[in-house]
Amino acid sequence: MSETPLDFEKGAHEALGSATLQQALGKFQTGYPLLRARAMQSLPDFEKVRTKAARIKDFSLKNLDKLTDQYREKVEANGGTVHICETAADARKTVVEICRQAEAKKITKSKSMVTEELALNDALEAAGMEVLETDLGEYIIQLAGERPSHIVGPALHKTKEEVAQLFKAHHKTRRKRETGEQLVREAREVLREKYFASEVGITGANFLIAETGTAVIVTNEGNADLCRILPNTHIVVTSMEKVIPTLDDLSVFLRLLARSASGQEMTSYTTLVSGPRGPGESEGPSSFHVVIVDGGRSKLLGTDQQALLRCIKCGACMNVCPVYMSVGGHTYGWVYPGPIGAVLNPVLNGFGTMYHNYQASTFCGACEEVCPVKIPLTKIMRDWRTRAFQERIPGLGARLALWLWAAIAANPFLYNLAAGAGIPILRALAGKKGVLKSLPLAKGWMKGRVLDAPEGGRFVRGRKR
Amino acid sequence: MAVNKGKSVALFATCLVDLWRPAVARAAERLLIKAGFKVAVPSGQTCCGQVNYNSGDQKGARKLARRHIMLLVPFDYVVVPSGSCADMIKNHYPALFGNDLDVQKTAQVLSGKTYELTEFLVRIARWKPSRAGGVKRKLVYHDSCSCQRSLRIYKEPRLLLEAQGKYDLQALTGEDRCCGFGGLFSVKYGEVSSHMAGKKTAAIAATEAEILTGADLGCLLNLSGKLKAEGSACEVRHIAEILAEEEA
Repeated sequence: MSETPLDFEKGAHEALGSATLQQALGKFQTGYPLLRARAMQSLPDFEKVRTKAARIKDFSLKNLDKLTDQYREKVEANGGTVHICETAADARKTVVEICRQAEAKKITKSKSMVTEELALNDALEAAGMEVLETDLGEYIIQLAGERPSHIVGPALHKTKEEVAQLFKAHHKTRRKRETGEQLVREAREVLREKYFASEVGITGANFLIAETGTAVIVTNEGNADLCRILPNTHIVVTSMEKVIPTLDDLSVFLRLLARSASGQEMTSYTTLVSGPRGPGESEGPSSFHVVIVDGGRSKLLGTDQQALLRCIKCGACMNVCPVYMSVGGHTYGWVYPGPIGAVLNPVLNGFGTMYHNYQASTFCGACEEVCPVKIPLTKIMRDWRTRAFQERIPGLGARLALWLWAAIAANPFLYNLAAGAGIPILRALAGKKGVLKSLPLAKGWMKGRVLDAPEGGRFVRGRKR
Repeated sequence: MAVNKGKSVALFATCLVDLWRPAVARAAERLLIKAGFKVAVPSGQTCCGQVNYNSGDQKGARKLARRHIMLLVPFDYVVVPSGSCADMIKNHYPALFGNDLDVQKTAQVLSGKTYELTEFLVRIARWKPSRAGGVKRKLVYHDSCSCQRSLRIYKEPRLLLEAQGKYDLQALTGEDRCCGFGGLFSVKYGEVSSHMAGKKTAAIAATEAEILTGADLGCLLNLSGKLKAEGSACEVRHIAEILAEEEA
């Protein structure tokens, strides 16, 4: 095994023991389905629309080179520059270089998971620049020195009380009450000034439209617009699978995105950016760059698992995932948590390292049911398990146990023999009450749970003919 | 049940039922006989291979799949008292043999005649349990993920329970949420699994039900183990056993 799997159990143990995290997750787990259901009332043909969205994405992925070229040509015609970066390192270097050219000291940034994937803030800070996250959730976790635990709500793991504490420690403002509204206002006041002082604004993009050379950015706070308009340089950092053919196609995705992400029909802001400030325009950056990151995604093109690149990063899969809602996002150990992380992280960050991401699932299928682009998430998780098994990533003991089970179950004589020995032993261990409280090979099961012993006898075997 | 008369049904008990709760299979057999079928229990049946399949061991899964395809395909129908094992045979066996089209063809034939028990009783057998009177005890039905999402079974067990009229079926908050079993998941990620089971048992406790039932023994063992650890007196029984109560 070349990479040691990142620990999952330890993180899970801590997460399950954290009262504040469980409180935050519990609130969201009951709240989200109601919001989503309400938003879906105005999209009764969800099934049809998501099938269409999946088709558009499949078409886009099949024609990605052509569409990306088309996008680039349009942006360049509009006076912007497109940088296509194969690796995270290339992308970091490219962004740092653009910022240097812009003589940036201060950078304002709106939410972008791709920049998390690049660990871009670290690179910029190492180059002596100050980076400020302006999305409220991102701002909160930046103050806390943490990573996003959710791709849409990065501070989902934090309770209001924790945020109030954090703000108290960092802001010099005095506040009387600690209502959510008060906290939002406080953050807004602190952030507002900073936009004007920054030389570069970095945003992500939800879609890149090839036909028009447009980057589409959706937010609820309008912070991406301030990041984009006020500094002299705007950099869009995004990933290669965001390209879609036409503006018409965008309308299909916009019907799905906010409903799936936050249970809204639309987000408050949908921004379309196609280049720098044009001649005669009074606002906007004079310099406009788009950094498109591959980061390992192209390995999926043309494979059976390509469908995972349809993802529009709405987060619905994790919102309904019973594992995510138990352990939170940090337990996954890398940028993308939940079911989409379970399938994407291994591709971007290694099948060995990310081993538990695709193992820690019951295959309940709740994610697939809500996915707005119909990604077969459990199928791909199973594919990754198959791949891991072939690459011998699971330990020898686990592989041997599976081999042994198949060998025994394929041979009724052995099977009967094993059952004949095993059942009475388990029954004896269980005693009169018929309940097992410990079992050497099933220690995990016994965590807060017991196991009913077999009731004795067999059905298939002990039959009268 | 004249239409069913003489049709053959292979009862695939599943390894978990056969080894842990053979009474469930005996109850299922009784129901199928009552519904008018000629019930066979092909000897040599063991495990469908789901454990290997979901663990990434395709070779082991294929070995067990091939064996059960040959064993079960000769019958008119195959009935399984488990959603997840029925799902394995119905939806995953064909996928396992992309490189062996002959076996895949047979797997597809088998897929077309394989049913989960309650689905079979309602949709194919059109059978109803004998009506029972008396004081109704509160009961909750747990939908397994395989039943509700893969096989789209939801109404069927409820129709059967209603027709029997013996229990007072309670609504369960978060009924579409996984109980945390997930096969080996329950052992490999025991703490998470147990936590998920705890959310389910909390919802069950809120209904004040005296009995929990469902179509998948894995889920039921998980929830039974959690309920017992929590000191609950809630009885846990498979739907086949509940339905067979009045069928002498």
